[in-house]
Amino acid sequence: MAGANTSLDAEKIRQDFPVVTSSINGKPMVYLDSANTSQKPVAVIDAMTAFMREGYAPINRSAYSLAAEATEKYEGARTKVAKFINAKSSREIVFTKNATEALNLIAYSWGRTNLKRGDVVVLTHMEHHANIVPWQMLQQEIGIELRWVPLTSDFQLDLSSLSNLLAGAKVFSFTSMSNVLGTINPVEKLCAAAHAVGALAIVDACQSVPHAPTDVQAWGADFTMFSSHKMCGPSGVGVLWGREALLEAMPPFLGGGNMISEVRLDGFKCAELPAKFEAGTPPITEVIGLGAAVDYLNGIGMANVRRHEVEMSSYVLENLTARFGDEITIHGPRNPELRGATFSFAFRGIHPHDLSQILDQTNVCVRAGHHCAKPLMKIIGANATARASFYLYNTKADADALANALDSASDIF
Amino acid sequence: MPGVEDLYREIILDHYRTPRNRGELPPPAVCTEGNNPLCGDDIRIFLDIADGVVRDVKFSGQGCSISQSSTSMMTVAIKGKPVEEVRALVRRFKHMMTLSDDEGAVDESIKLGDIEALGGVVKFPVRIKCATLGWNTLLEGLNSSQG
Repeated sequence: MAGANTSLDAEKIRQDFPVVTSSINGKPMVYLDSANTSQKPVAVIDAMTAFMREGYAPINRSAYSLAAEATEKYEGARTKVAKFINAKSSREIVFTKNATEALNLIAYSWGRTNLKRGDVVVLTHMEHHANIVPWQMLQQEIGIELRWVPLTSDFQLDLSSLSNLLAGAKVFSFTSMSNVLGTINPVEKLCAAAHAVGALAIVDACQSVPHAPTDVQAWGADFTMFSSHKMCGPSGVGVLWGREALLEAMPPFLGGGNMISEVRLDGFKCAELPAKFEAGTPPITEVIGLGAAVDYLNGIGMANVRRHEVEMSSYVLENLTARFGDEITIHGPRNPELRGATFSFAFRGIHPHDLSQILDQTNVCVRAGHHCAKPLMKIIGANATARASFYLYNTKADADALANALDSASDIF
Repeated sequence: MPGVEDLYREIILDHYRTPRNRGELPPPAVCTEGNNPLCGDDIRIFLDIADGVVRDVKFSGQGCSISQSSTSMMTVAIKGKPVEEVRALVRRFKHMMTLSDDEGAVDESIKLGDIEALGGVVKFPVRIKCATLGWNTLLEGLNSSQG
């Protein structure tokens, strides 16, 4: 029994992350901003450094062996990412600049080809700006209609009117986990609901891929996207996954080198997938870093990561509530099984900006603000919140440090 | 790392706890809204200007201690002042916040009084936007009321 059910050893994992174990002015770092961006393990830093020191070369365009090996490493990372989310084929994996670019790619390329005035795109009140603004741009440009799935009082999606909202819809695009509330959405159920009306199911998986096992085929999704930098990889690279037939039928997004098979003065012919969507020199080193991050996470096991975060959630919720009672308001589900370890909160009426400034005195790093989800903030009645988010390298000691730092904040105000 | 005592000076906390000139003015007073896209704070400044003088000013909205107190102190400093003097004060304040302004030369002799306490904000560059939110919104209001 023991062993199979124990989650990961966060104390040991911490040692892999230089920033997590660092200190400023003799005070240890308490990094609680991983929903924003995660820290990087030595394995990723070393893989990128080694490639730049010993293996750096262009990909897909030169015959010498250094370039061939670079291409192999780059494409090897694609294969790793495909397996990591159980894509059918690595041709379905497109590397973008970030998840935001991936959403823009879909809205631009699929949206402009397939949507016309009056067509309905359904979003939810939980979305962050990356899954709102590209659709609003289409709304301005071609006059599509946007509909919104609201929230229940316990911070879930209110699915009671979902079939009405989806009636006649062409697209249902939603987050797998709220970056503000921590709520984990029933992705398979939502994809099935979209398909029942013939709509496309797009899953913004930025907050869930780093934290739990992902199986895009089991989800039944059409497109998904996520960022390397939130899953122990470097910034500068994101992933778009799409069903091959859909990607095949879409026109290219950016034009240039690498995405063509032929260019003449009177026109061009697109390259095969996935190169068709990867114009220009890609972030080669970063993609290789992402591959190393996937290896690192596989070595730990995503089910173990998820289990650890459920344990962290229980601890954080119990402790903050026991210690501060009504003085803290946590905007999100109370059940650790229904949420990720991301906590937005209000504390003793202290403005989140002031709160994070004071927490910074003891190196407790939390985000303050609107978390790129202004419509959601308005709906939960907060202009801004402080947000503490935990990952595989965070321990109960980090949660205690947060609580202690919070307690000291009211001394000033 | 600079200590928070440089930031949260007593006079600042006093204006945060007891903001002056908080409220709204009915039209024809000019209302301008400013947002801090970084943190979601918003502020509205209401200006009653006649014969080139700020006869009354009020502010509303939500924000952190720095943006609220800075705006509160600003309203105290500008109420009853000629618009040209107000503009010179804004230039002087933004200069203290290390922000350049190409609208005119800074008159270093202008006394900032209590507002001087906000000088510590410069040590916390992320918060400069908080301190200047109300002032930038005021500038917009001055410009639109003269437009």
